Amino acid sequence: MGLVQKIFYYHLPSAWVFLLSAIVCGIASARFLFGGSPRQDRLAHAAAELTVLFGAIVLVTGPLWARKAWGVWWQWDVRLTSSLMGWMVAWAYLLVRKYGGPGSDKLAAGLALFGMANVPFVYISVNYWRTIHPATSVVPTLPVDMGLALWFAVACFLLLFVLLLRLRVYLEEQRARLDALYLSLDE
Amino acid sequence: MIRTAWLVLKKDLTVEVRSLEIAYTTLFFAVSCVLFFAFALVKEGKAPEDGAAGILWIAIAFGGTLALGRTFERERQSETLRALLMAPAARPAIYVGKLLGIVALLVAAEIVLVPLVAFLFQAPLLSHPFWLGAVLLSGTIGFATVGTLFSAMLVRARSRDVLLPVLLYPITVPVIIAGVRATAALLQPDVELALVRFWVALLIALDVVFVTLALWTFEPLMTD
Amino acid sequence: MRALVVILLLSFSPSVTFAQQPEPQQPKQTDEFVPISQLPAQDQLPAAPLLVTAYAFVWVVLFAYMVSVGRRLTKVQHEVERLESDIAKRA
Repeated sequence: MGLVQKIFYYHLPSAWVFLLSAIVCGIASARFLFGGSPRQDRLAHAAAELTVLFGAIVLVTGPLWARKAWGVWWQWDVRLTSSLMGWMVAWAYLLVRKYGGPGSDKLAAGLALFGMANVPFVYISVNYWRTIHPATSVVPTLPVDMGLALWFAVACFLLLFVLLLRLRVYLEEQRARLDALYLSLDE
Repeated sequence: MIRTAWLVLKKDLTVEVRSLEIAYTTLFFAVSCVLFFAFALVKEGKAPEDGAAGILWIAIAFGGTLALGRTFERERQSETLRALLMAPAARPAIYVGKLLGIVALLVAAEIVLVPLVAFLFQAPLLSHPFWLGAVLLSGTIGFATVGTLFSAMLVRARSRDVLLPVLLYPITVPVIIAGVRATAALLQPDVELALVRFWVALLIALDVVFVTLALWTFEPLMTD
Repeated sequence: MRALVVILLLSFSPSVTFAQQPEPQQPKQTDEFVPISQLPAQDQLPAAPLLVTAYAFVWVVLFAYMVSVGRRLTKVQHEVERLESDIAKRA
């Protein structure tokens, strides 16, 4: 496969961050729904945006690699379909938050929980169905130099995720502060 | 708790039977869907080979979305949902009652749709009625579970008609895929029952996950 | 905080060079018909444009996201400052 395999070092860490972000969004949504903490709601919103971001990276780098490796841009196998579906759920979350009006935070939180239920399915689906996508057993069996590059990339992407998440949550906090200021102005 | 669900279901059925508005409009819409697909996909008088399964499930999904929207619109207009929620009834029971109502409506639509699709697309849909029934029932329950939850949540939201498909379709993609694959497997000349059993098992697993999630989140989602 | 993220993004370059191999030589031009299966593998579908597109996409998207968040943040911060000064004036 040669040169195009290098896409792997961006594709796989992005995929892990995509799934991680969906899980963070789901857990924060659950805590918001059952605990009512606005901090969790802000975290969920930020995580959903990052899910869309890293999902876009996965869904673009994947087909670019697939065009060379499999000869087709896209295949409707389980891994690709369920990833696309999870990505659309994250998009739907953002749409609901933007256009849903009052109460949309809870609505979106409910959606995020269903989206989180999809994540384990995305991960293990490739081990139980015959798909064109490589199985999860490939990663532990990589040769050392590839493995090193991969784990370095994973560490970078995880760090990037944490930093972007904190930045995005900071934006939400500033927005909340703005809302509080407007409220105090009305009084 | 079961009594509450039964009461909610009886109320919905009574209201519906008086005018049959939702039943007729949903049915008509689903039938039009099937006809649309027939006109779009038929080439030289012949329908595509495995089109029947997909078309059936698309008609169910679209018709179901319409039914969900209309049912909860009716609730919204008479503010009955708020009254229901204020009643000293267990919230999950209210949800189950509404869910059973929607499932009943969709099953009634399917009873008409299945022979229609079988007729229009020359598909032997009625060759294994028990298995087809299992596939349709588990798929419909999966779809209706998520749909009822989201429709109830959307009652007080803005742009609710647009948002229902946006929320509903990505989540129900696995249900639709499994339903179509199972139905298509049943339409083969030599049916592999093991394959059909696999898809039905997956549908039932999805139903369990969705119903559990829905029952768990209905209460916090409906409180202000 | 933003500087940290930029530094992190720049630190991607080591991971890219880590995994790079030297570019292969350009093959001789063929002057008669050669079926595609007998061409050297890289001529069948050049991988470099795909790889470059993929990497470029990742960088562009991450950069665009940072710019978007930055813009929204400055807008909100300006408005917060404006409101706070308004409130201080009234007090």
